[in-house]
Amino acid sequence: MGKKQRGQAPPAAAPGPEEAESSTAPAPVVEPTPPKEVVYCGVCDWPVEYCEFGSTFTKCKEWLKAEHPELWDKYYSEDALAARLGTISLEAQSKLEKDTAKKEAKAEAKAEADMKKKMSSQVIIKRIERTKRKHVTVISGLDKFGVDLKKAAKQFASKFATGASVSKVTAGATDDEIVVQGDVCYEVLEMIEDGVGVLKGIPADNVEIVEDKKKKGGD
Amino acid sequence: MFKKFSTATDISGHTPVKSSVQRQLRAALLSQWRIEPETLESIWPKKEGLVHVKCREHISIYTVNGKPIFFQHFDGPLVPTLRLLHQYPYILPMVKIDRGAIRFMLAGANMMCPGLTSAGGWLPPAEEGLPAGTLVAVHAEGKENAAGIGLCKLSTEDMKKINKNVGVETLAYLGDDLWSQKSL
Repeated sequence: MGKKQRGQAPPAAAPGPEEAESSTAPAPVVEPTPPKEVVYCGVCDWPVEYCEFGSTFTKCKEWLKAEHPELWDKYYSEDALAARLGTISLEAQSKLEKDTAKKEAKAEAKAEADMKKKMSSQVIIKRIERTKRKHVTVISGLDKFGVDLKKAAKQFASKFATGASVSKVTAGATDDEIVVQGDVCYEVLEMIEDGVGVLKGIPADNVEIVEDKKKKGGD
Repeated sequence: MFKKFSTATDISGHTPVKSSVQRQLRAALLSQWRIEPETLESIWPKKEGLVHVKCREHISIYTVNGKPIFFQHFDGPLVPTLRLLHQYPYILPMVKIDRGAIRFMLAGANMMCPGLTSAGGWLPPAEEGLPAGTLVAVHAEGKENAAGIGLCKLSTEDMKKINKNVGVETLAYLGDDLWSQKSL
């Protein structure tokens, strides 16, 4: 019993003076200030209040209404819009609106043109003879579909247990080809159709196999 | 500064930073920004390594766990990334541009004095005037979050007096190519 009491008393006494010390002295542990939470628009990846200056304003508004209705109210409800007319005169405001509408239309047209180009661009698979009975398979046009070429090359190399590399055809950025050693063109076609790994999103009609009997040496 | 920047062509190398250099950088950050050591610790813990990403034109971006934290041109001031500034808005002093200037800021232009001295803009009062060469967070009239980060070409008092030409040179803005890179 004596032990218990003694056991209890010191621990009770110890935190006592410690607490008193830390409350009188400045607390040694300062909590870091937490970061401010910012909502970024799902469409344009800007803070939500800046969407009006971007080129996808209408889509941004729809997104905001669906995802964060309270913020939509805050920024786009009737009284918020009236308060925001702020320090610019009415003509300047309407001019700004016209400019942003024009910009939006331009950006939409550009996005559509890009999509069309994407749809029409093809992935070409060629089989080229190297030395006597050896071939290499050349796959071009993958990057138009946003495939990371290095990763794709690695995937091919590991799947077929051969070497694969990325080579630039021209000095431009988007004309790269993947060269896989060996005659694997049909297997590559299958892989693309299955959409394995990074090869997602390539419709099967956009892939073409071309028999090319040029000698690759001398490039 | 990051008007045109693509990871494929503009990055020349990733190197981890020596801990002696890391300590120097940490001290420089604490002195240049208005940040508490504990908050810096939560952004960039001591245990985490810093990676130095070298880019064209002597621009270095420093990342923690792939996330860019700050960058530097030559040996100039250490500039936080805009995303970091959004999370901790007080680390840099603030100036405000008026509504008409916002679209130019978002296109990467430098801010002219009239945009800062007009009715919608805001510069710190004379007692807190900032000398030329200070890093500032450029906020926009009516907005909570910063639109960009800039360097004062003139002191704020000179901006109010002279009111001509470039006031703040834009180093980073919302939607530039550094903004689009969430990890390097």
